[in-house]
Formats: sequence, structure tokens, C-alpha cells
Amino acid sequence: MTTIGVSADAPSRPVIEAPRSRRPSARRTGTNFEMYAWIFMRMSGLLLVFLVLGHLFIMLLLDDGVQRINFGFVAGRWASPFWRTWDLAQLWLAQLHGTNGLRVIINDYAERDGTRFWLKMLLYTSSFLVLLLGTLVIFTFDPEISG
Amino acid sequence: MTVIEQRPPSEQSPVADHLRVVRIKVRRYDPEVDPDANWQTFEVPVEKSDRLIDALHQIKWYQDGSLSFRRSCGHGVCGSDAMRVNGVNRLACKVLVKDLGDEILVEPIKGLPVLKDLIVDMEPFFAAFRAVQPFLVNSGREPTRERLQTAEQRERFDDTTKCIMCAACTTSCPIFWNDEAYFGPQAIVAAHRFIFDSRDEGADERLEILNDKEGVWRCRTTFNCTDACPRGIEITKAIQEVKRALIFRRR
Ligand code: HEM
Ligand code: FES
Repeated sequence: MTTIGVSADAPSRPVIEAPRSRRPSARRTGTNFEMYAWIFMRMSGLLLVFLVLGHLFIMLLLDDGVQRINFGFVAGRWASPFWRTWDLAQLWLAQLHGTNGLRVIINDYAERDGTRFWLKMLLYTSSFLVLLLGTLVIFTFDPEISG
Repeated sequence: MTVIEQRPPSEQSPVADHLRVVRIKVRRYDPEVDPDANWQTFEVPVEKSDRLIDALHQIKWYQDGSLSFRRSCGHGVCGSDAMRVNGVNRLACKVLVKDLGDEILVEPIKGLPVLKDLIVDMEPFFAAFRAVQPFLVNSGREPTRERLQTAEQRERFDDTTKCIMCAACTTSCPIFWNDEAYFGPQAIVAAHRFIFDSRDEGADERLEILNDKEGVWRCRTTFNCTDACPRGIEITKAIQEVKRALIFRRR
């Protein structure tokens, strides 16, 4: 015969935080920014499938793959405006796509307004620097630089 | 805990042979007694046909009267007893104990302030609902007869009329868990029900409300809401339809 009874487990920390205060609801922005950001994520994602997979295929698999990459190899590719355009598009799309993706994640997870603000500042600054540096190199690359 | 008669394990009572004993582990919280929540396990004899709500009644009526939860109709209509069962949101009155295993974890729905045990403060959820104008918006004179529509026009928003506002969807959404300001799936379902109703003229206004920072664009298509809905509403699909309506602004 089975029996029943009551047993109290050792108190454990709450899984769900106890009553919390309501965050003030966001101001109406009256713009379509979030909509365009959403569309951009899908459009850039679509293009990145070709750009990034193509890039990885050329750089890592074709011929000797990664073994053959050196200054001369890059200089050779960038002699053609086609590959410069490819790399420029890839840089901008991936950078903006990744930045917006992280912006969304910060919005999701940063709870305090201060944390939100500083994480986004860090994000925008670093992504601006990468974008700037990358673009500068693609436009000003000099194959004669090696001594 | 408060002074309730609890049967100590030593004084165990016999259980009829056709019953099965399951362990129900409930997340208890009563700020008047203890600022922290804790887990309490009950051993409950159940019939094959028992629903979780029957097992909770068994606890409340025969083991520990202080256990608090909401329920009203007891038949999946009123939407009072949504709770997190083994990690997923279910109506306690619609899920059978026999489908839940021998140890059942029961928690309040997540993301809303817990008041006591399984009872949460639904106000933030209702506030989001009210914000999308969930009522017929129509200009002009009151018609002298019904506002007619074709079967196809009715079919367009049929799915989202089924909502019973139990909050199972909104409190299954990871975006809502982290950010209560997000309207959440239920408010979007409520808006969908009117946006695609041929008799309604408030679609643009509602779309504009949902176009903002805390609106539909925060949805990340996790499908948690669709899985959680006790009415089987295709919630994620409804949300995508609102997004599409916003992009193309056509119904
Ligand atoms: C291979 C091509 C890619 C496709 C098709 C793609 C597609 C997408 C889509 C559709 C989203 C939005 C998800 C949502 O809103 O629920 C997204 C988010 C994101 N993507 Fe990409 N992406 C690609 C490549 C990349 C690359 C190269 C990066 C890094 C630079 C990246 C970083 C991110 C991040 C951080 C997010 C946010 C994640 C989230 O919303 O949880 N993606 N991606
Ligand atoms: S008690 Fe009414 S829906 Fe379950």
C-alpha cells in the first residue's frame, strides 16, 4: 500500500525574482526605425549568405586554402575593383548587421538604463572604429608598401 | 508558514489501490511570512483522469489550505489558472496529471510580479492589452441592423478571437521576461483581432502603436507563445501578419 504525506524542502533561492517595479513605458518615437532595422536584418542576412560563404570558400578551401594567404595574395585580389567592392559590401553589411543584432540583444538584457546606455556607447564606438579602419584600408591599400 | 494543519509525514494515511501518488513540487511565496520563495513538495494521490487543477485542489482542501492559486471555471474557458508546469505554461484545468510524470514542478507564470504562491499581478499584462485599443473603432452613424461581413472576412481574424487572456503566451516570451515594457504576444493577438476585422476602422492607429520600440519588432519568432497557447492560436503567425501589414500597410 502506498502512503501520502507532506514534506517541506529546504528553502532555496527564488527562481523568479519577487515583485519588481514596473519599468516606465517607452516614449512613442513616431518613427519607422525599428521596422527598417528589422527589414535590414533580413535583407543583409540574405546578401551575407552569398558574400560570407563565398568569402570563406575562396579564403579557406579553394586551391591551398588558408595556406596560400599572404600579403601578395591580398594585393593580387584587391587589384581588381570587383573584389574590393565585394569586401567593402561584406564589411559594411556584416558590421551593421552585427551591430544592430547586438543593439537588440542589449535592449533585451540590460535592465538598468545606465547599463543600457554605456553598453550601447561601447558598441557604437567599437563598430564605428572597425568600419572606419576597414573602409580606410580597402580604399587606400597600397600594394607597393612592402619593402 | 502560517498556522495550518499539516499532516506530518509520520502520520501518513492510506491510499486506495486504484490511485497513484505523484510528487508535486510547488514554488511557494508569501511575503507576509518569508521574503524568499521556497519549494514545497506535496505527495498527492491522483486518479487516472485527474487534471492538475484536481491535484492542486487535493492539496488545498486536504493538505495545506494556505496554498494559493486562481481558478474559476475549471474548464479552460475563463483563463484564470495559467501556470508554469514542468517549465512550460499550461492551464492547470486542461492538463492531465498522468501526462506530467511522477514529479511535477509547478511555478507561477514568469515575468509578472508574484503576489502569493501561484498568483501574479496581472496588471502589466492588462495594461498592454488596453493599450492596443481592443474594441471596435467605427465612425459614422450606428447602423440600424447588424454590421454584416462575409464568411471570408470573418475567417480572416477567426483564430485570434479565441483568446481567453490567460497570459500563458505573454509570460512564455523571453523578451517579455526581460523587458516588461514589451507589449507581448497577447496584446498583439488582441490587436490582430481588430486590425483584420473588415468592420473596424482603427487598424492604422493600432498598427502605429505596435510599430514602436516596444511593439511587434521586438518579437524574435521563438514560437514559445504558440506552444504555450491553451487555445491553439497560431500566435507567432498572427504577429508576423501584423509585421507584414506594417511593412505593406495593406490588409
Ligand atoms: C550568413 C548570413 C546571415 C544571415 C542569413 C543572418 C540572418 C539574421 C537574421 C534574420 C537575424 C534577425 C533574427 C531575429 O530578429 O530574430 C539575425 C540576427 C543577428 N545576426 Fe545575423 N545573419 C547572418 C550573418 C551574420 C554575421 C556575419 C554576423 C556577425 C557579424 C551576424 C550577427 C547577428 C547578430 C548579433 C544578431 C542578433 C541575434 C539575435 O537577434 O538574437 N549575423 N541574423
Ligand atoms: S479555471 Fe477557467 S480556464 Fe482554467
